[in-house]
Amino acid sequence: MIPGRFEYHAPASVDEAIALLGQYGDDAKLLAGGHSLLPMMKLRFAEFEHLIDINRIDGLRGIREENGWLHIGAMTTENDLLASALLREKCPLIPQATEWIADPQVRNCGTIGGDVAHGDPGNDHPAVMLALEAEMVLQGPGGERTVPAGDFFLGTFFTEIEEGEILTAIRVPVAPPGSGSAYCKLKRKTGDFATAAAAVYLQMDGDGCRRAGIGLTNVGPTALKAADAEKALAGEKIDERLIEQAAQAAMAICDPAEDLRGDREYKTMMAGEMTRRAIRQALERARG
Amino acid sequence: MAKQQVSFTLNDSPVDVLVEPRELLVHTIREQLSLTGTHIGCETTHCGACTVDLNGRSVKSCTVLTVQADGGEVLTVEGLADGGELHPLQNAFLQEHGLQCGYCTPGMLVRAYRFLQENPDPTEEEVRTGMAGNLCRCTGYQNIVKAVRSAAAALRATEGA
Repeated sequence: MIPGRFEYHAPASVDEAIALLGQYGDDAKLLAGGHSLLPMMKLRFAEFEHLIDINRIDGLRGIREENGWLHIGAMTTENDLLASALLREKCPLIPQATEWIADPQVRNCGTIGGDVAHGDPGNDHPAVMLALEAEMVLQGPGGERTVPAGDFFLGTFFTEIEEGEILTAIRVPVAPPGSGSAYCKLKRKTGDFATAAAAVYLQMDGDGCRRAGIGLTNVGPTALKAADAEKALAGEKIDERLIEQAAQAAMAICDPAEDLRGDREYKTMMAGEMTRRAIRQALERARG
Repeated sequence: MAKQQVSFTLNDSPVDVLVEPRELLVHTIREQLSLTGTHIGCETTHCGACTVDLNGRSVKSCTVLTVQADGGEVLTVEGLADGGELHPLQNAFLQEHGLQCGYCTPGMLVRAYRFLQENPDPTEEEVRTGMAGNLCRCTGYQNIVKAVRSAAAALRATEGA
């Protein structure tokens, strides 16, 4: 199985990539890790006349800390996320979720930017972005703009990225002391997408929860921000009763598609259970 | 679409090929460069039979374009043995009965080669996680895990010697 014919471009800079996107418009597609795009092209679910490979743009890789935020280059690979001591210390939710993505070989190619920009509700980073209230940095011919994760995911394979723009980086706030996080994912086997998964990020103030961020994977047309579940926990001392209330609120927004992983009811129940488990784990980690 | 000239090293030898941009690395290795040790399994990035080492990282060569390997270093199963002498991993798979039909073995060996550089003394669980991108439908994995750990011990002994 090989993809259809295309012309290959390997720009050395973001500006060059944006110029190519401008030149070829709809006929062009960016190639990041390629582990969603190339299989789709092999199966003829997608065909493009031009592939713009952004793997050779070094400036798009790497993680650095800047004024209380972590700046993660969009082409940072999943395995680079796992290997980053900075991330493990300052934003552990990202590596916690990354461990559950695909397998070692795929994580060597797959990138955080590709995972987020693809707009697949089965991808794991979008729910994490929603829980963390991350920001997406987009660069286009008109310059740079930043979009909050909450406004970024518009539908299946549909994000706020405009034609001609590139997702260059993701910004996440450094987790303050006393915060805890967890990503709980139910999957049938290595490399599978989630049957359901929940990303939970808690900022604690002593026994009280100052802020809760909760995102859900693969139980709707996009990753879902469980805003009512967050509200159930924020400002409260979290106990089992509140955890149940949050799980019920998370289940209430689920709208999963039935497939081989399960029917709608099962997936919704599993999203609830992943939410319970992730809250409990995040709480434990926040207490240290 | 014009063909492109691509150069890389394959098992330490420089190679030049002319490819369409859509040609996959596994096809170039097998069909243009005639090294058929690297197998094609699922063609959809699940099974790991096509695993090769590209620039010091394990990748599934059915999902890498040959043009992306330009200027890089590729290692396949043919590059593991030293002359007539099997690599300690190959020996361990032989001794521990780490294969039955053998179809997944080249991918297993090349992945294990890189994994043991990342983690020279892995626990059983770490082997299972580190090798999770390679499927085997015969062995039930038990002997593969044994073989990788036994090779790890052999490699450590050589290093220490």
